[in-house]
Amino acid sequence: MKRGEQSMVPEPEFQSYYGRPILKEPTWKTPDVPIYLWIGGIAGGSSLLAEGAALSGRPGLERVTRLTAATGAAIGTVALVHDLGRPERFLNMLRVFKPTSPLSVGSYILAPFSSLAGAAAASHVTGVAPRLGRLAGAGAAVFGPPLATYTAALFSNTAIPVWHEAHRELPFVFGASAAAAAGGTAMMLAPAAESGPAVRMAGIGAVAELGLAHHMEQRLGMLAEPYEKGLAGKLTKLSRALTVTGLGLSALGQRRPWLRRVAGASYSAGSLALRFAVFEAGRESARDPKYVVVPQRERIRAREEEARRQGSGTVSV
Amino acid sequence: MSRLSEFLSPESLWGRLDDPSQNAGYEDHPTRKGFFTDTSVCIGCKACEVACKEWNQVPDDGYLLTGMSYDNTQQLGASTWRHVAFIEQPVGAPSTGAPPTDLGMPGSKPPGWEREVTLGEDLVDGDPQGAASGDSGVRWLMSSDVCKHCTHAACLDVCPTGSLFRTEFGTVVVQEDICNGCGYCVPACPYGVIDQRKDDGRAFKCTLCYDRLKEGQTPACAQACPTESIQFGDLDELRERAAARVEQLHDQGVDVARLYGADPDDGVGGDGAFFLLLDEPEVYGLPPDPVVTTRDLGSMWRHVGAGALALAGLGAASFLGRRR
Repeated sequence: MKRGEQSMVPEPEFQSYYGRPILKEPTWKTPDVPIYLWIGGIAGGSSLLAEGAALSGRPGLERVTRLTAATGAAIGTVALVHDLGRPERFLNMLRVFKPTSPLSVGSYILAPFSSLAGAAAASHVTGVAPRLGRLAGAGAAVFGPPLATYTAALFSNTAIPVWHEAHRELPFVFGASAAAAAGGTAMMLAPAAESGPAVRMAGIGAVAELGLAHHMEQRLGMLAEPYEKGLAGKLTKLSRALTVTGLGLSALGQRRPWLRRVAGASYSAGSLALRFAVFEAGRESARDPKYVVVPQRERIRAREEEARRQGSGTVSV
Repeated sequence: MSRLSEFLSPESLWGRLDDPSQNAGYEDHPTRKGFFTDTSVCIGCKACEVACKEWNQVPDDGYLLTGMSYDNTQQLGASTWRHVAFIEQPVGAPSTGAPPTDLGMPGSKPPGWEREVTLGEDLVDGDPQGAASGDSGVRWLMSSDVCKHCTHAACLDVCPTGSLFRTEFGTVVVQEDICNGCGYCVPACPYGVIDQRKDDGRAFKCTLCYDRLKEGQTPACAQACPTESIQFGDLDELRERAAARVEQLHDQGVDVARLYGADPDDGVGGDGAFFLLLDEPEVYGLPPDPVVTTRDLGSMWRHVGAGALALAGLGAASFLGRRR
């Protein structure tokens, strides 16, 4: 139990089987899965920027975001297939459709998104079938936001304490993080004269990401610990620092395009660090039986108290 | 689409469900089968572990000496489908914290040991696993752990390929020719049972000897168990038998006896493989109050949807205002 760290709260007492884990650590590979989460967010957010750019007549921004969406989806697909224990069987993902499995639902989001985003980018670059290309782009923009947020359900629909108990907050944290990363990537790559929407998307996304992640930790109580300690803690702090730096540089970079590009990179890196932090916090909460036993004991205690309270109010036989 | 709505009906995701096989679509099926593991008569012989490995041709997963106890198997995993836990406790002392070390000095006993047990005493009073003789004053808890074959099995629900399925016997089995090694079942299991075989890539766990069941045979572990600690049969009957056994132990003064996983109203809708324990579940490495993750599935998808809408709104809002 000794971690060499001072705490205001006394370490909760709990029993375990020789301190061994109760849960199995996720076998998902790193960096494959954190990168998939991050790049899925970038691709999803970019598909929105691409449609906005097309509608508002910003060809430079449109070009960059269309290419980002298509490339991101392709890299994400490769990362997801590479993560499989039997990559040659990746098509089994589309064998059935199961709403109880976010990975199944996600496959049916990723597959159309990557096809549509790829078609839209190809059409935009080559000039072939521009109307169909625009239609494909609009379709990608429909699948983009769920691509960015479904990964929260992917993590939450497990027994991993710090993921499952955050199932109300994580979709918003990931959505905000996707906005910061997609906006940031566009700020980095798009012509400065057209990157206004990207700056606004990234800025609002970054503020929301900081606020929502803080809110999530408040809600988690003792389960916030894995997000703040060890490797995950370092990544959380790094993510915050990069996102705050992005906000600062973006404000300073209003008249300096190069500074705006650095700000964009900082936003995007902050989002990447956040995904790694959430992943590592989940692994830590699976390794330490404390994060399983203590909240479950608390749940039992609360239930018994409730039963007693209700029992005392009525005539007991 | 009616099939889909049935699939997503609340009782499919959480709560009491009396017939999981019917819920999975079997019209006519055998009665639900399961295990009742009565740990009060387990002698820790590990015959179950060996029989399971032999019958199912499960590969070895290392010959490690843990040094923590007689338990060198350590945990359930992709290549360990039965695991015998060994817990040493000083008699009478609370099980919190590490048990004091016996230095083996004649006439001395470690601090905190409240009772002295003399050589030759049959059993520590009212404690079927209290040992006498050489282990004077030690209580041995031994328990053969196994996949719980939950009524609401998270591993099965999160499996994206349909590799994990509900059998006609109400058990949960992996189809290894379908599994693509996505690993989603691994963190989904609230008991930490199923795991991925590293060199193979696919996920493996106890099948409750599906092949033997289809031939009307008893699973290998139950067949091999010399003390009937592992009992196999119809789940309804096993639950009755277990309730009677707890009552018998309570009558004998073993107040610590309790059932684990036998309640069809618990967080996983009751386990197909349940246990009689002599201490808190976490002492055996079991979660004290497991809840299937799909209880919150509706809330998760609602929040994911709201998050996606918020992101789309933010995307649109980014194009309002100044034209730059």
